[in-house]
Amino acid sequence: MDRAAIRRMVEEIETILAARDSIRIMEVCGTHTVSLFRSGIKSMLPPGLKLISGPGCPVCVTSQGYLDVACELAARPDVTVCTYGDMVRVPGRNGSLADQRGRGAEVIVVYSARDALKHAEEHPDRKTVFLAVGFETTTPATAAVILAAEAKGLENFFILPAHKLVIPAMTALVSGGDVPLDGFLCPGHVSVVIGADVYRPIAEGFGKPCVVAGFEPRQMLEGILGIARQLAEGRAQVENVYGVAVTGEGNRPARELIGKVFTPADAVWRAMGTIPESGLDLRPEYKRFDAFDRFGVEQGPDVCPAGCLCGEVIQGKAAPSDCALFGAACSPLSPVGPCMVSSEGACSAWYKYHRKA
Amino acid sequence: MCLAVPGKIVDIAGSGDDPLNGRVATVDMQGSRVEASLAMTPEADAGDWVLVHAGFALTVIDEREAKETWEALQIALGDDSPPAASSEDA
Amino acid sequence: MTEGHTDDRIILAHGGGGELTERLLRERIVPKLTNPLLDPLNDSAVLARPGGRVCMTTDGYVVQPIEFPGGDIGRLAVCGTVNDLAVMGARPLALSLALIIEEGLPLSTLDRVMDSIAASAAEAGVPVATGDTKVIERRKGDGVMIATAGIGEMRPDAAMDAARIGPGDAIIINGRIADHGLAVMSAREHLVFETELRTDVAPLNGLTEAVLDTGADVKFMRDPTRGGLAGVLADLIEATGLTIEADETAIPISRTALHTAEMLGLDPLTVANEGKVVMVVSAGDAERVLAACRDHKYGKHTAVIGRFTDVAPPLAELITRAGGRRMITRPYGEELPRIC
Repeated sequence: MDRAAIRRMVEEIETILAARDSIRIMEVCGTHTVSLFRSGIKSMLPPGLKLISGPGCPVCVTSQGYLDVACELAARPDVTVCTYGDMVRVPGRNGSLADQRGRGAEVIVVYSARDALKHAEEHPDRKTVFLAVGFETTTPATAAVILAAEAKGLENFFILPAHKLVIPAMTALVSGGDVPLDGFLCPGHVSVVIGADVYRPIAEGFGKPCVVAGFEPRQMLEGILGIARQLAEGRAQVENVYGVAVTGEGNRPARELIGKVFTPADAVWRAMGTIPESGLDLRPEYKRFDAFDRFGVEQGPDVCPAGCLCGEVIQGKAAPSDCALFGAACSPLSPVGPCMVSSEGACSAWYKYHRKA
Repeated sequence: MCLAVPGKIVDIAGSGDDPLNGRVATVDMQGSRVEASLAMTPEADAGDWVLVHAGFALTVIDEREAKETWEALQIALGDDSPPAASSEDA
Repeated sequence: MTEGHTDDRIILAHGGGGELTERLLRERIVPKLTNPLLDPLNDSAVLARPGGRVCMTTDGYVVQPIEFPGGDIGRLAVCGTVNDLAVMGARPLALSLALIIEEGLPLSTLDRVMDSIAASAAEAGVPVATGDTKVIERRKGDGVMIATAGIGEMRPDAAMDAARIGPGDAIIINGRIADHGLAVMSAREHLVFETELRTDVAPLNGLTEAVLDTGADVKFMRDPTRGGLAGVLADLIEATGLTIEADETAIPISRTALHTAEMLGLDPLTVANEGKVVMVVSAGDAERVLAACRDHKYGKHTAVIGRFTDVAPPLAELITRAGGRRMITRPYGEELPRIC
């Protein structure tokens, strides 16, 4: 690790900030939030450089109604729920998926959607329901798995779809105008799929520099510095410092997979309400894999626990420490909202890594 | 929202049409091996470096650039100062 | 023998206390563990009264899967119990071993686990003095669970007490972290991947004895099992009311473990270890302890990873590779692989 280079970049940010009150950058992606903390980069940034968490934590933005359906399905004796680890402890109306497991439900953590499909193949007597959450990085995987399920003629594999799209969320936030933002640190791996060019309408249309960065300490610092430099020079452009993995165009085969299986639909984002065309539904020809249809369950209303500020936190309207429950009634051991449960959640990252002094 | 790590494809199984498992790579991650579907990277070949996320290769990456970007790979490149990460011992 | 034939596997009757139980003990268990304390096979073993204070510990082992790269539940059970005594400065005198076997366990698996127990006990130089065997109905295919107790004799010179820790004291670990937890995870069904990682499970009583023999002022020892190194550091700041400053570049970890943890979204500091001991030593004695450990089979990568300070408020802070800082906190509990 070239600490001298890191030091120089921090100094340049300090110099730029000397001429301004502050710079407010939204870290769209939960992984950036955590990585900035864990790498110690956050601690090195001057106080005027404000990093605001964004809605890029799939668990945090999944409405409670969805989770309640997942728990309901898990409770059925003939159903196995397969899920990424992130979702397992999020509290719903009747507890979390982990709680369901404690009551005898079969809930399996998978590292890949492929494992869920494999489970369905190996257990023809069970109905396997895969919780399909995540942004564009993860969506092509679900799409490929659906195509495979179709090719194999599987009748016992389903997904509970909740995939979301990053650009509509960013656009909703920046056009809403009630969150002061100077720029966006754009999610590195989502951008591998969607490409860097798609941020242009946000950068040029709203005058906010958008810099795509990876998750290594130096990457994130280069991203933040890139935004700071643009602001100092009065520019608002898309910049990509993660060229090793991200191109302007993105990954076309991945997007084609998504397009083949899914179609944009309105989606409920926790505490943000419905954002038009910000989610993905299965296309009619693949609807038979939709667990909502198959089991006749509907996603209930999005209910936020009293006092929980997760909705404000993911929109950048509040910091975790602004929430009265933070560190008191709400902690990783007894989380109230998803921002504390999710390992990518701002509240969880703050609680775990931020200096309590 | 995405944990993805770089690794090198050491083997590819299959060449079929299966949209998911038509081509599945064994990717070496500095001593751990993962299976990754090449559904999103049809152009990937054995010996290529890829970025792996949740059992899929997201994109092919340049080996040299990868080693410059990811710190864990830099450690692997033979910084032998004990006791931090260096070559495996018996 | 045909697959599924009862001769191949444990059945409920093996736990019934009758002829089958006798046969199981006589043929597959006792001969491997034979020692003067066990051999009478009485209801209790009779030990000579040790001269020093007696230390006692108990543990339960339910690891899944029961066999994983580099080890198994048997070795884990023996080493875990031995290490709980060793870190107290106690010389292990005897272990007890209760096996709770699930019907359907292949006898060949039981044999491997017993061999492992025997080898580990022999390596640690501690006899299994008494035991018990029960068979339970088939459930999830767990295979076998083990409960142990261990008795040891405190060294007269063991003076470990967290209350004696002060600013400037050094925090030392005997080698690379995170191997065990990651190796076990790699063997679990739904995280199928191969790894060069092997569990670090090992009996550390030889190492701890060597450290205490140096005469160094060792103030505290603990094994960072569940909760990892982060868990022990959290324990320490709670026990002492002091602050810890740890150096990420000094914490030993293999590149494979680093990369694997990264892939699964886990912080290596929170991953379980089964062959590691964290020691707090007065600053002036750190070199002596390092030398003694590095001379030992299980201490080749021993390093000072941090120090205590009296900066308020008490917290455990990591100086990161990048040169920044972040807190080290106790992990919640079950560490799950994530996508995000």
